[in-house]
Amino acid sequence: MNTQTAESFVTEDGRTIGGVVMEMKNITLRFGGVVAIKDISFDIREGEIRAIIGPNGAGKSSMLNVISGFYVPQEGEVWFKGGKRPQMKPYQVAQQGIARTFQNIALFDGMSVLDNIMTGRLTKMHTNMFQQALWFGKAEREENQHREQVEKVIDFLEIQNIRKTPVGRLPYGLKKRVELARALAAEPNLLLLDEPMAGMNVEEKEDMSRFILDVNDEFGTTIALIEHDMGVVMDLSDRVVVMDYGKKIGDGTPDEVRNNQAVIDAYLGVAHD
Amino acid sequence: MPDQLLFAMEVTLNGLMAGVLYALVALGFVLIFKASGIFNYAQGVMALFAALTLVGIQDGQVPFSHLINAIFGTDVHHFGWHVPALLAILLTAGVMVLFAWIVERYVLRHLVNQPDIILFMATIGLAYFMEGFGDLMWGADIKKLDVGLPQGINIPIDETTYGWFGYGFFIDNLDITATIVAVILVVALTLFSQYSKQGRALRAVADDHQAALSVGISLRFIWVLVWSIAGFVALVAGIMWGSKSGVQFSLSLIALKALPVLMLGGFTSIPGAIVGGLIIGVGEKLFEFTIGPLVGGATENWFAYVLALLFLVFRPQGLFGEKIIERV
Repeated sequence: MNTQTAESFVTEDGRTIGGVVMEMKNITLRFGGVVAIKDISFDIREGEIRAIIGPNGAGKSSMLNVISGFYVPQEGEVWFKGGKRPQMKPYQVAQQGIARTFQNIALFDGMSVLDNIMTGRLTKMHTNMFQQALWFGKAEREENQHREQVEKVIDFLEIQNIRKTPVGRLPYGLKKRVELARALAAEPNLLLLDEPMAGMNVEEKEDMSRFILDVNDEFGTTIALIEHDMGVVMDLSDRVVVMDYGKKIGDGTPDEVRNNQAVIDAYLGVAHD
Repeated sequence: MPDQLLFAMEVTLNGLMAGVLYALVALGFVLIFKASGIFNYAQGVMALFAALTLVGIQDGQVPFSHLINAIFGTDVHHFGWHVPALLAILLTAGVMVLFAWIVERYVLRHLVNQPDIILFMATIGLAYFMEGFGDLMWGADIKKLDVGLPQGINIPIDETTYGWFGYGFFIDNLDITATIVAVILVVALTLFSQYSKQGRALRAVADDHQAALSVGISLRFIWVLVWSIAGFVALVAGIMWGSKSGVQFSLSLIALKALPVLMLGGFTSIPGAIVGGLIIGVGEKLFEFTIGPLVGGATENWFAYVLALLFLVFRPQGLFGEKIIERV
């Protein structure tokens, strides 16, 4: 696979991968004296699954936070859909169609699964506050429309039976799934997953992998994910960025990355002889 | 029916009505607490400030007249016009929204991610600032508030009960109005928070700031919204209390009565605020009626707090408060 072409192409398994949708240009992020990300550039193509891997503390989550607007890099530019993105608040980034999940699950514990997923639709709702307050026809129609969409997501992720359960009562694996559902409900252009399989058992990991592949396959959603499990990453992703100590040390298809000496040394372990 | 029982019934009814007024103040606390986890000490003062502003606008008072007169040696007090009640209420609501915006812009925005106790202290500061500011703006004298709400004894109830029992109940029209307004307010607020998109966003913000940001909710907008609604509730409470007992600075002390109400009802429940208010209202009136004479009266001053204390011991989350879910 040639990563330099701007044209779209079709992968071996029949998915269409389009042009570059997001491009990080020379991103540098510092916290005081600590350099979390050092001059990193990479791009994400439409319809692909892009993984960011690296040892602990490599700056992967920081990178995801830069994309979703939670961190503001000191240097560098973020290009989205062909234009340079001005500095944005996280909620504005979300309104642009970038949805995310968190490493340590950030759900609304007091609300039901259904309500949690409905919040994912907020950016798609257009009736104003007064229409909402009066609950006139339009607001009600809109609510029902969005409810339908949410039910589709619920069916898709097979969580019908916990629809009304307060999220705080769910076990860890299901919480992760609800968080994914909330992100999916936003029908994102770009879906960011921060360690979607962390802390899961083998069975849960298989489920989650299947969901990620299905989301990408059925909705053509572009996905950028961080994951520790190398087997999972290599199976899921089209291209991989490898980070170590805030620097990019590799970028390419899973096979290219697997055979990259710097990556092998830093991440997969270097043979000491 | 024996006289004692009839008296007790009348006392209960009046207690219910008084409870509604407590509930109105408690409601403002609940709204802000639910949405931001802040216990807003300034809620009572907001009711006072809203009532002061309403009277000021209605009577065409010149704001800051004492200050202006002192500095420029002038002698202005009134614009010389009267604003109709409805328009004055709308203008005051506008002032409360502006106030909400100012609070967000100059206080809350700078205290993001601070511990709750810091925010609580900030609202204490806010309360004293507003009290002084209200004084400076509108003067400290007791004012009469009249927005045209019906007042005095309700004749039909008096006559009907006289027909039934041979004893007419004294129920104040103003209390009846307050009850109706409170019911409408609570139903509207509950529906809004449960079923509207802003309501859902509001609950989301209350639960987790980061997650709320990630689904595209602007925290600032929600805070301005919440403080505006709390300001509006304060205005309603201010109108009711002001009409009942005049607009005076002791009005801000009614906020203290809201505390036991909240402990009973739960800090996070809108219906809880209402039920808590009713229980306190009826409880203290009945207690005064039955036990009061035995202990020399004046039980209304402490009964609510003792009741709240008992609740703290046996049911700390209140009657309707959110159960503390903890997975171990």
